[in-house]
Amino acid sequence: MLDQHKFLPTAVGVGYKSAHFSNIMSGNTPVKWVEIHAENYMGAGGRPLAQLRSLYEKLPISVHGVGLSIGGERDLDADHLKRLKHLIDWLEPASFSEHLAWSTHDGGFYNDLLPLPYTDATLNRVCDHIDHVQETLGRRMLLENPSSYLAFAESTYGEVDFLREIVKRTGCGLLLDVNNVFVSATNLRLDAFEYIDHFPHDAVGELHLGGHSEDEDENGAPLLIDSHGQKIVDPVWHLYTYTLATGGPKPTLIEWDTDVPEWPELEGEVIRAAERLEKVPA
Amino acid sequence: MTQATFIKAALDPTAPLPAGLVTPEGAPATKRFAVYRNNIVVGLKDALAQGFPAVKSLVGDEFFSALSDAFLRSHPPSAPRLPLYGAGFAEFIAGFAPAQPVPYLPDVARLEYALRESYHAADSAPVDAGDLSDPLLFTRAVKLAPSVRWMSSDFPITSIHAFALGGPKPEGGAEDILITRRAFDPVATSFPRGTINVLEKLAAGDALEHAIEAAPKQLDLSLFLRALLDGAAITAIQEV
Repeated sequence: MLDQHKFLPTAVGVGYKSAHFSNIMSGNTPVKWVEIHAENYMGAGGRPLAQLRSLYEKLPISVHGVGLSIGGERDLDADHLKRLKHLIDWLEPASFSEHLAWSTHDGGFYNDLLPLPYTDATLNRVCDHIDHVQETLGRRMLLENPSSYLAFAESTYGEVDFLREIVKRTGCGLLLDVNNVFVSATNLRLDAFEYIDHFPHDAVGELHLGGHSEDEDENGAPLLIDSHGQKIVDPVWHLYTYTLATGGPKPTLIEWDTDVPEWPELEGEVIRAAERLEKVPA
Repeated sequence: MTQATFIKAALDPTAPLPAGLVTPEGAPATKRFAVYRNNIVVGLKDALAQGFPAVKSLVGDEFFSALSDAFLRSHPPSAPRLPLYGAGFAEFIAGFAPAQPVPYLPDVARLEYALRESYHAADSAPVDAGDLSDPLLFTRAVKLAPSVRWMSSDFPITSIHAFALGGPKPEGGAEDILITRRAFDPVATSFPRGTINVLEKLAAGDALEHAIEAAPKQLDLSLFLRALLDGAAITAIQEV
């Protein structure tokens, strides 16, 4: 383990895709760190783990879980948590993050980040699960704000207050996904800048940027979908600049998970983010 | 609303919207809920399409979409590990009435899943050439690599699989298949029916000479041993 790989640098990283392995390994790139999805590296061996070993010699790595189902009604899946711990113990990544969402129910995994009502019952459950994760892994995790498409009539907290309370109770950090803020604010008619203004930036360990697709609901209202399949739009760049000005410079990730582009296009997004990030005084 | 209610409605396109899911104005969020319905189905279908490209190529996009849709609703992943999703896909296809006219399809799925298991299996080092010059070699047992798999089919599945992925017109008949992985990419090799008896005996720890007695007459033993060695399939020679 190289010492300089123990923390995410305040620089720009990318969500790792195996198609880009040689581009990243060439070293001739503005990409300063990579994020992997934990669930793709839970096999026993083979090419995925070999690539991960090479990456980890080269760059700091963030492990991003997509299957822990922290918001699930049931207890965390003990087998899955064990696999995650195995990966984290081996890799000693610079960061570990998961989502404020649920994805498994009664032993079935549904491969989507499903929404939660912001109530006291959810808060207690999520905090219990985060405590369990942090105790098991022996490290602090970051929790990511979701993209919302609808609201729960039963919610009694706003999202920022809900996240703030989780941080207070569990000591976890936050991963602030700027695209998710824009998507949720548009879909739920909230003010994205106000969301950023009230966000507990001291707890933020990482920012995410990504593309979304556009649709409409049955009433003609805009419905943005967090698809990670296209370029980041200008209003999200603007919100990112605002976030940096408000919360200070933070390690920033470009996420592009579907219709993965050729390397130069992804690198272009990295450069755009780095130009903004480097202008912010530490 | 419970998560059971949410997921049941998300997996059944004819189910009504669960109460309490609303738009910013407080109206029922029907189309918004459809985003989750769609994400679940599209995400799992994509995982199956990636995992079973030959099955998809053989039946076409439309059929595969209907097949994978039926499978994922009744057999969602049992763990959050999509790289190994689809363990029961071959059996499901065997019982899927519209697939009956393609009798070899379940075995193509079985082969694709075995290749995927091999791809993710633990790494191992092959036995040294020196160990193979042991004069008592045939009285010894061998240890097989974690990436070794085998299967049997009434159809020329290796050839059909290659054809589905752009190879020449399939030929041949019933076969046994050995899967090995030297570095990172598994290789499937065709052998006469009955060859897996040898592999099963080797895996059970029988001496090489006893395992070979189980070989079918048509098996070219030197080709078979060559496939095991080239495929880094033997990781140790050991006492019986």
